[in-house]
Amino acid sequence: MPNYYQPEIETASREEILAIQNEKIVKQVKHVYENVKYYRDLMDAKGVKPEDIKGVDDIKKLPFLSKADLRDAYPYGLLGTDLKNCVRIQSTSGTTGKRVVAFYTQHDIDLWEECCARAIVAAGGTNEDVCQVCYGYGLFTGGPGLNGGSHKVGCLTLPMSSGNTDRQIQFMMDLNATILCCTPSYAAYIGETLAEKGFKPSDNKLKAGIFGAEPWTEEMRRSIEQSLGIKAYDIYGLTETSGPGVAFECCAQSGMHINEDHFYAEIIDPETGEVLPEGSKGELVFTSLDKEAFPLLRYRTRDICVLTREKCACGRTHVKMSKPMGRSDDMMIIRGVNVFPSQIETVLLNEGYTPNYQIIVDRVNNSDTLDVNVELLPEQFSDIVAENQKKEHALEVAMRTMLGIGPKVHLLPPHSIVRSEGKAVRVIDKRKLHD
Amino acid sequence: MAIQQISVFLENKEGKLAEAIKAISGANVNIRALCVADTRDFGILRLITSDNAAAKAALIDTGAVLVTDVIAAKMEDSAGALSKILNILAEAQINIEYMYAFTGAADLGAYVVLRVDNTPAAEAILKAAGIATLSDEDVKAM
Repeated sequence: MPNYYQPEIETASREEILAIQNEKIVKQVKHVYENVKYYRDLMDAKGVKPEDIKGVDDIKKLPFLSKADLRDAYPYGLLGTDLKNCVRIQSTSGTTGKRVVAFYTQHDIDLWEECCARAIVAAGGTNEDVCQVCYGYGLFTGGPGLNGGSHKVGCLTLPMSSGNTDRQIQFMMDLNATILCCTPSYAAYIGETLAEKGFKPSDNKLKAGIFGAEPWTEEMRRSIEQSLGIKAYDIYGLTETSGPGVAFECCAQSGMHINEDHFYAEIIDPETGEVLPEGSKGELVFTSLDKEAFPLLRYRTRDICVLTREKCACGRTHVKMSKPMGRSDDMMIIRGVNVFPSQIETVLLNEGYTPNYQIIVDRVNNSDTLDVNVELLPEQFSDIVAENQKKEHALEVAMRTMLGIGPKVHLLPPHSIVRSEGKAVRVIDKRKLHD
Repeated sequence: MAIQQISVFLENKEGKLAEAIKAISGANVNIRALCVADTRDFGILRLITSDNAAAKAALIDTGAVLVTDVIAAKMEDSAGALSKILNILAEAQINIEYMYAFTGAADLGAYVVLRVDNTPAAEAILKAAGIATLSDEDVKAM
């Protein structure tokens, strides 16, 4: 049986949702134009006035905001209200440049936590559940978001924060946690550690997990579900829009419902900025419809995904987004086909390889070439040449199926791909396309 | 008797083979026999050594190291000796993945190293045909 936290809005008709969005966007654009000089300047430069925005159909007239704008406007440039009305900040880790600092009024916190509460209820949560939150608490939005959502649902909340796996497991077993919230990689690690300690999946009381904040594959979902004996649900969000809960998975486990009464989603062509029709793959853009303190309009997430309004088995009517398939800034166009490193990584993980790989794109005789170097684990190589070549060929076939174009795969010994500090260099593009 | 062969998976790149051999010499291991298979992307260095454990430890940082069982069969140093061994294996429908030959330092005997798809069966058949094969102890003492 599907459960809803706010059934009237979560199952509202398309017309009702549209009416809410149209009303909110008119107010929101006016609010931003009056209070955020940075965005007012962008609108003026584009010749767009608040009166031009009469509903969500007019959102496409508004200028985009990008990560670069957030850097330029740091820290107060995009603030939409007096600091005296703000009660909280959250911040990104700043791994890809300057930190993003987002501000919240109490109204903003409430709507964020409501979104997280919808996600928890969609995963089967009720006030009888014990919800173990092992996302980090603090500046990171994961812990505070799910913590707030768990309170709203009325779960007994275990505010564990991340790390200290022995303690996580002790609380999980002693206090009969039924819902686990953390990153998918940490869920997988907890599963492994439980097995090492001799616990079977049926020894814990967990029934569901809400996992997000990093990319994960369907294979990883199945493996976590098995190791913990649960249903694993995806959750999506970013600090710029509030945090986790912008979109969440329901019992159908086939894409995440975007909370459309608060966030308007568009898919655009990352090259041209043109809005693409429903069902197209492109960059996800969010417009916050009713946030006060950090009201971003047309924020480019750089996540590539697909939106669908097909009827969902859970009864929710809000648009669904696919798992992000990559980042627009990672996208390569090879022989006219869009290719993401994440697709290649998915194939490698599916076929049992490590995610230690390097993609080399080049242009030979006016034709693009795609080479993928893949590190083998010591136990994966054979002393027989043909056996290794069979592995290369199998990977080439799997990648061609996934990408639509055929790469050349090269197997390498362990540790032959240079690790840089922090993030690995995944793509080397040798094409000189911009002389 | 099967013997142990050490295989190293190397990047097909200048200096990689030198690096691997240097690692072995640093461990004071003597190479009895070797064979290199090369492909576009990688090379496989296969070694019969005087001390497999030491060789493996020395090579572990240079590439992936694998220990497999191979057969080292003694041949008469005369025309037709290898052909005889291969015919015996062919008749028993044993597939040879690869092979290479070497000469024993002490006895100056001719040996062929065989990597086959069914080592125990190949051993039994060669033994029944009166063909001597080396053991790890024999290799060590060579």
